[in-house]
Amino acid sequence: MVLFGTSVCGVLGFEYWQTARVIGTQTDTTIEVETQGLAEHYREFGLAQLIFVIKERARNNPNLQSIYLLTDPNLAPLAGNLSAWPTQAGGSPSWFDFRIETTDTKGNKVERPARAQTFVLPDNFHLLVGREMTERQQFQALITNALFWGLILTLALGMLGGVLMSRHVLSRIEAINRGSRAILDGDLQRRMPISGSGDEFDRLSENLNAMLDQIERLMAGMREVTNDIAHDLRSPINRLRSRLEVTLMKEPGPDELRSVMEDTIEEADTILETFNAILDIALAESGVLRDRFETVDLSEVVQDVTELYEPLAAEKNESLTCMPGEHLTVKGNRHLLFRALANLLDNAIKYAPEHGTISIEASAEKSGVVVSVTDNGPGIPPEQREQALKRFTRLETSRSAAGSGLGLALVAAIARLHAADLKLEDNAPGLRVVLAFPKTQ
Amino acid sequence: MRVLVIEDDQEAAGYMAKGLREHGYVVDHAATGPDGLAMATGEPYDILIVDRMLPGMDGLVIVEALRKSGNHSPVLFLSALAQVDDRVKGLQAGGDDYLTKPYAFSELLARIEALLRRGKGVSEKTVFKVGDLELDLLTRSVTRAGRKIDLQPREFKLLEFLMRHSGQVVTRTMLLEGVWDYHFDPKTNVIDVHISRLRQKIDKDFDASLLHTVRGAGYSLRESE
Repeated sequence: MVLFGTSVCGVLGFEYWQTARVIGTQTDTTIEVETQGLAEHYREFGLAQLIFVIKERARNNPNLQSIYLLTDPNLAPLAGNLSAWPTQAGGSPSWFDFRIETTDTKGNKVERPARAQTFVLPDNFHLLVGREMTERQQFQALITNALFWGLILTLALGMLGGVLMSRHVLSRIEAINRGSRAILDGDLQRRMPISGSGDEFDRLSENLNAMLDQIERLMAGMREVTNDIAHDLRSPINRLRSRLEVTLMKEPGPDELRSVMEDTIEEADTILETFNAILDIALAESGVLRDRFETVDLSEVVQDVTELYEPLAAEKNESLTCMPGEHLTVKGNRHLLFRALANLLDNAIKYAPEHGTISIEASAEKSGVVVSVTDNGPGIPPEQREQALKRFTRLETSRSAAGSGLGLALVAAIARLHAADLKLEDNAPGLRVVLAFPKTQ
Repeated sequence: MRVLVIEDDQEAAGYMAKGLREHGYVVDHAATGPDGLAMATGEPYDILIVDRMLPGMDGLVIVEALRKSGNHSPVLFLSALAQVDDRVKGLQAGGDDYLTKPYAFSELLARIEALLRRGKGVSEKTVFKVGDLELDLLTRSVTRAGRKIDLQPREFKLLEFLMRHSGQVVTRTMLLEGVWDYHFDPKTNVIDVHISRLRQKIDKDFDASLLHTVRGAGYSLRESE
């Protein structure tokens, strides 16, 4: 507010000073020019002519708008509309301000301000040229007045606007404050208000809301992980424990001990696998890897993963075709992308029938790079597709197949990490999994 | 072979030491970071097994300090920190390998053997021999008993990796890392299928098999006793 006031005063003050200076100089310049002209006239045509000209000009200025006076060396008036040489003028050539007596429109005598220049002509004649200043001073006063009121008005409007604006700003901030306090108090569903104007506050609220949504998602994910661990690890650990307990009950021989322990290790490995898969999904979903993303040649990854799985497909007499495209790149984590595709191929090989056909294909679409993995197995019915992407889902039809049930969930998490769209489609027959990556800049 | 285990979990360290001693290693154990650093600088060890999270000092700091002081003993990090960048940090600090807890003892043993072998100038060799099987890196040719064997590029890499680690056990994850350059734990039997293909080519038509499956651990390329 102080800054605003100061700068407004500054600007208007400068304007005033500039205007006053221009008016002042204008008057001085006209006087100067006229004086020079008269002096020139004297040099060229002599005293008589000068007196004639001055008389002429004096007659045109009975009200002393312009002031002329020519005197002899003893300052006795020779011609002009001023009755006597002003006392303030002295003898030397100089500028001075003085007052003149004149009559107004009603015939009253009034004193008016004036400004003049004296000039000494050759032969010591004295010339005085001046201007009556009332009009100019009035003009100057008018400007001063205008500027003053302008200043007052600007300050008042500025302050009013400032107060209104800051009250508006404060109320918006207070709304956000109320929102965050409500969330702190436990209303986790609460979001920041959005006025709809699309201004910075709306953007702030939108960002805060997006952040809150993300936090909520992460919390939900965390809860889900805890539930999953409890749900899916409790039973195998229980199984493991029972096996050991039962074995100990009946005096086992060394061979039996060995086989039970080997089974136990295998069971423990499965548990670790499941555990690691859950953690991997949680890691992928947290998005912390995103700031370490690099450019990955997806064509190469597709080729590598095909090459890794080709023998496995061949063993089941399935044909695996690969169209990797050429140097299709995405931003991401190479190892995780490999893992996602490995999981998809693994599933395809697992579910495709003997002599089935599997294909993996990468291509550049308008929307970005798209990778698809298809098989001609039983597929997944449309109503079960969403479920299939969740953790620990092994669909009814495929219960017999081995796996932790986390394969597709991990693919979904890796897809989300890469902002890729994961879709399960009908390959008629079979399943077609499509991973559509966003365009990279 | 002398091994220093720097690990604060006494029980885990005990099991590990027992297992390693059974495989012929001499094992010392330090339970804290500062103790471990003191022992590692005081005595020569053939390999260090370092836990990441230790009381008093991060395992990373120990290894960085050792490397700065000119100690180049191979280091295997053990850690419950499984994230990709934790692994990268460990290797950047001067670690030679990184194993995530919980791990299989056979995996640990295989990796220790691989690290011990690495120091012995195997990398400069261009011709590898196991029994009558020979692999030449320069001509990229493989022969067994003088008979030429045709391998696909990846099969060649796979055999090269097994040759470099001949006599040792290599695990499936080690193969995926070393041959395919992807870091993850292959759950299914993908690697097994590659091995059996390779086995078809190098072992099938010969009397003695060289490529052995080590139950519960991985594979080993060696002459049968």
